[in-house]
Formats: sequence, C-alpha cells, structure tokens
Amino acid sequence: MSKKKFVVGCFDTEDTLFPAVKKVRTAGYKIQDVYTPFAVHGLDGALGMRETSLHTAGFIYGITGTTTAISCISWIFTKDWPLDIGGKPHFALPAWIPIMFELTVLFAAVGMVLTFCYICQIAPFVKKHHFHPRATDDLFVMVIECTDKTNTQEAEAFLQSAGAIETKTEIAEEGWWIGRYDRDEVPFGEKIAVA
Amino acid sequence: MSLKYESQLREPLVYGNKTYHQVTEDIIRPIEAKPSKLWYIGFYIAVALLLFGVYSIYRDVTYGIGQWNLNKTIGWGWDITNFVWWVGIGHAGTLISAILLLFRQGWRTGVNRAAEAMTIFAVMCAGQFPIWHMGRVWMAFFVMPYPNSRGPLWVNFNSPLLWDVFAISTYFTVSLLFWYSGLIPDLATVRDRAKTKLRKHLYGISSFGWTGSTKHWQRHESLSLVLAGLSTPLVLSVHTIVSFDFATSVIPGWHTTIFPPYFVAGAVFSGFAMVQSLMVIVRKVFGMEDYITMGHIEAMNKVIVLTGSIVGIAYLTELFMGWYSQSKYEGYTFWYSRANLFSPYGWSYWGMMACNVISPQIFWSRKMRRNLFVTFFMSVLVNVGMWFERFVIIVTSLYRDYLPSSWSVYYSPSVWEIGFYLGSFGLFFTCFFLFAKYMPVIAVAEIKYVLKISGESYKDDMANIEVKEAGEFAHEYAH
Repeated sequence: MSKKKFVVGCFDTEDTLFPAVKKVRTAGYKIQDVYTPFAVHGLDGALGMRETSLHTAGFIYGITGTTTAISCISWIFTKDWPLDIGGKPHFALPAWIPIMFELTVLFAAVGMVLTFCYICQIAPFVKKHHFHPRATDDLFVMVIECTDKTNTQEAEAFLQSAGAIETKTEIAEEGWWIGRYDRDEVPFGEKIAVA
Repeated sequence: MSLKYESQLREPLVYGNKTYHQVTEDIIRPIEAKPSKLWYIGFYIAVALLLFGVYSIYRDVTYGIGQWNLNKTIGWGWDITNFVWWVGIGHAGTLISAILLLFRQGWRTGVNRAAEAMTIFAVMCAGQFPIWHMGRVWMAFFVMPYPNSRGPLWVNFNSPLLWDVFAISTYFTVSLLFWYSGLIPDLATVRDRAKTKLRKHLYGISSFGWTGSTKHWQRHESLSLVLAGLSTPLVLSVHTIVSFDFATSVIPGWHTTIFPPYFVAGAVFSGFAMVQSLMVIVRKVFGMEDYITMGHIEAMNKVIVLTGSIVGIAYLTELFMGWYSQSKYEGYTFWYSRANLFSPYGWSYWGMMACNVISPQIFWSRKMRRNLFVTFFMSVLVNVGMWFERFVIIVTSLYRDYLPSSWSVYYSPSVWEIGFYLGSFGLFFTCFFLFAKYMPVIAVAEIKYVLKISGESYKDDMANIEVKEAGEFAHEYAH
C-alpha cells in the first residue's frame, strides 16, 4: 500500500483509445491500467495482458465438486449406512449422477466467483481510488504510472496529442482500503489537513 | 475499418442514435427519480398479497396442512402445481442470459438483466411450496445430508425428491451469482452518479469497489462465459430433475420417458411468457422503448411459438402412447381422465390445450408477433395454460389411481391454499418492484457494448458502405 504519482488521460471513444494505447506503449510509458465503462474487446491484448486463467480455476473447482459428491455418497451408502432399498445395489452410480452434476456446477460457480472477487480485490466495503467518476459512464481513462524519469507535463502533452480530451496528474493510493463512498477518508490513517 | 455484412432487414438492437452517456442516463434515471404513483400502487398491492400469503402460511404451520383441501388420494394439489409452475417460469431468465449468450444472440442484452432477476424471484417463490408442504417446517433441515445423532441416518441419495433439493438450491445459488456478478459494474455506474450521501454509501457497498479496470473486465468476461456454460446444462438439469419427481414413479400418466424434454420445453415456454408480461410493462413504465424494442418482443414471441409447439407435440405423443401402449391404466388416464371433456377434470385438460397449443399459433403471423396488446394478452394466457398443465399432470393422475375404493373427485382448494399461491405472487412482485426501482433493469455496460456493433448509428454508417457497388470499392482501394 503506497501512494504513487499518475498521469491520467481520458478518451471519449475506442477509436482514439486504441491508437493512443499503442503510441503510449511505444513511447515507453508504463500504463498502470485503462478504466473503461464496459468490456472493450481486444484492449487487454493491446495492453499486453496475458489471458486470464480463471476458467482453469473453475475447472478445478468443478472436479472438486464431482469428487466430493461421489466420495461422500459412496461412503455413506456403502460403508456408513448401507440402506437396503428393495435389494438394489448399494453402489447405485446412475442414481447419483444428478447430485454429482449439481455439486460440480455449484462448486465451480461459487469457487469462481469467490476467486474472481479475490484476485480483483473487490468486496463490499472495499474502496479504491477512482481516477475519473465518468470511467463507469462514458470515458475511457488511461492511467500512466510515473517513474523518477517521468516529466508529467510532457506526458500530459503527449496524451493530448494522442487524442485525450482531458488530462491531469494525480497522487493516488494504488491498493484498496476499507472505506465508505460517501466519505473522503484517507486510507491507513494518514490524515491530510484540509484548509 | 473492417467490413461486416449484415442483412439490411436486421433491425438495430438499440434505437435512436445514442451516445454512451445517453445510455447511462436513460437506464439509470428511473432509479434516481422518485417512484411514480403507478409504482406505489403496484408495490402496495404486491405487499398486500405477500401479507395475505404470510397469514395463510401462518395458519398452515399452526394448524397443519390440513388447512389445505388435500386428501389422502390427492396428496399433491395446488401446492406442488405452484412449485413446478414457478420453477418453470424461472427457466427463461437463465435461458436468455446463458444459452443465448453462448449462441451469441445480441438481442439478449436488452432483456437479460430483468429476466435473470425474474429467475431468482421465481425460484424463491418455487422454493416456498415444498418447504411449507413439509408441514413440520422446523424440521426442514432434515433434507440436508449432515452427520447427525439419529444414526447417523442419511437422506436417500437415490430419491428424485432429494435430487430436487440439490438442483433447486444449486440453481438458485448459481443464478444469484450470475446475476449479481453482472450487476456489479452497473451498480458502480449508479454509485459514481449518485448525488446523495446515502445513495453513494449504499451503492458503494453493493458495487464492491468496482473500478472498470481492463484486467477486471477481462476476468469478468471469462467469468460470465464460464458461468453461462455452467448454467446451460444446469437449467436443463433442473427441470429434468423436477420431471423425475413424477417420471420415476409408477403412477399412470407420470411414468413416461418423455417428461424431461417436455418439462424443459414447457418451462422455457412459460418463462418467456412471464418475461414478456414483465417487459411489456417495464418498457412502458420506464420508457425503455429504445432498448426493449419490437425486435426483442418479436424474438421472444418466436421462442414462445416454438416451445409452445414442442409442448403440443408432447401432449399428442402422450395421447398416442396412451393408446399404443395398450396399458389399461395409461389409456384410462389419458383418454378418460384427461382428454374426455366431460370427465371431472376434463375442463383443465382442454383449458391447457387451448392456452398452450392452440392460441400461441397466432404468432406465426408477424403482425401479431409485433402487436403489444396481443403479446401481453397471450403471455398471460400462456401462463394460465402452463398452470393448468401442471394441475392436469398432478391431479388427473392422482384422483383415480389403481384402487377404485380410494378414488376421490371433488378436490377444490381452500382459501388458505389459494392464499399461499397469491402470497407467492406477492413475494415475486414485491421483489420485482424493488429491483426495478433500485437497480438498473437493463444491463448498462452490455448495452454500451452492443451499441457499438448494432446500434442505430452504427447501422446508418454501415448502410452507406454496404450499398456501394463492388466496383466502387475496387476503385477506392486502388489509391
């Protein structure tokens, strides 16, 4: 959890955003993130992000569910309390398929959503710094992380030349903290005197 | 720009050259405005029904389910009919949000959020019926398999009734997760527009601190796709398992192999009808005509006529098998207890036939599919028909079984039985009214995505390119 300096550029269409991402990356700036109001397909690739492995996690949770179901039911019906149902076999696999299937789906879905929340660090009462309130409305907000070498004015001018309709420089907390959206509290107790 | 040829006949999914900001405005304004008089009237009626339902259940618990006019012969009456009916209604939401997502049907975006909400509320209503039907409801937790001090005596994993427990609870959980994970970005939009402190706080909590980061969106897309992939077989399994409750028994009229596909088709049929009823109202009340277009209504009517016909074929197949099997009991159930209009419950069978099979055929006509009044009327009629279907299946098979001495004809519901049913409507509409008031009824982020590839402005741009002669293209590229 640390504060960093960022240069923010806002774009109003994807048509200017995509070339801008390319230019900014070619120029050697480090893009911290691009905040968009909806899933812009191909943007993750343009930013050089790797594919998510969330679906692999889902698969693992799924087979965990299947295994849980089959092992629990077979132990219960063959070892713990072998119930005689009309002399039928205790190990009645076909009759267990519905529950095995349901638990597969249940485990996969719950596991994936929890994993999603965990890796994205989102949860109720979690607060993060928002670079622009319109990032969830109609602006595509590109955030460049400043290094020691970054000249913020130059970076802002560069973003403007790339088509940004609005630019600014901000010092902001990168991580998340427990907070409320109706209050401007400062994370981790670092109070800043308000004039 | 890449060229994408598309039939000129295909209408835009969003009308009226919108910008992204306008989409946000249009969909979120009703949440920020004060509710209308109509909303209050509807909401109070729903709450009143809910309270009546609560009182009915209070009586059922206090005096036992003898409050219902069930008897030893007809042990499943209105109660299980309502259960199956509500579960069926729930299916359309998952079908729209999951199966149509996998089929890349762009039009689903206009209606998916509300349909998913409808699914959740319908499953909540459905769940009430078997729970309160237990009578000693304080022992409801006995249906869960857990190590207990009674042996441990486990539940019967070979029983379709237990499969139901797993199916319905999984279905509810997965639908809820699917719906809410899709809702998070839209709630963040509401949060960032909020003017009052309370709204900022509450929408801040419910939007989980969503920022719209590209990486998060990428994961969100993956999550939605996998959840859709999981929900698709899930939704088919749920009504299949519900049909197993009947199909694995030995009651004539129940133990048929046709039940699973027939129930699933029926579920989609009634669910789409319910979505139609709600959407016709929502688009009018919230002025969403540009998002829930006539194209959407027509597409759903096509699904209704298709599934209605599948259900019709299932009815006819059953009748045929009743004769072809040469089983006395099957023949009696299908040809006397059901298809004979003058038998004690013949009216319900023919009511079902009229509502489910005959009347939806009107939707072969394009003009009728695009008529709002006809659509609304038919959507209500279909749900009446589908209620009859479940009533027919349950009651007409039970009232005259193998043992004539236990035959019972005059089964009519008590006021508390009806009250419970009305109460479920109360629960459903109370939830739906609250949802429509406090959450975006249309998936804002998804509409913005669709706008780009199928909005009216995009179509207008594309039209200029599409009408050009091929020679003209060559000429342009030569430079």
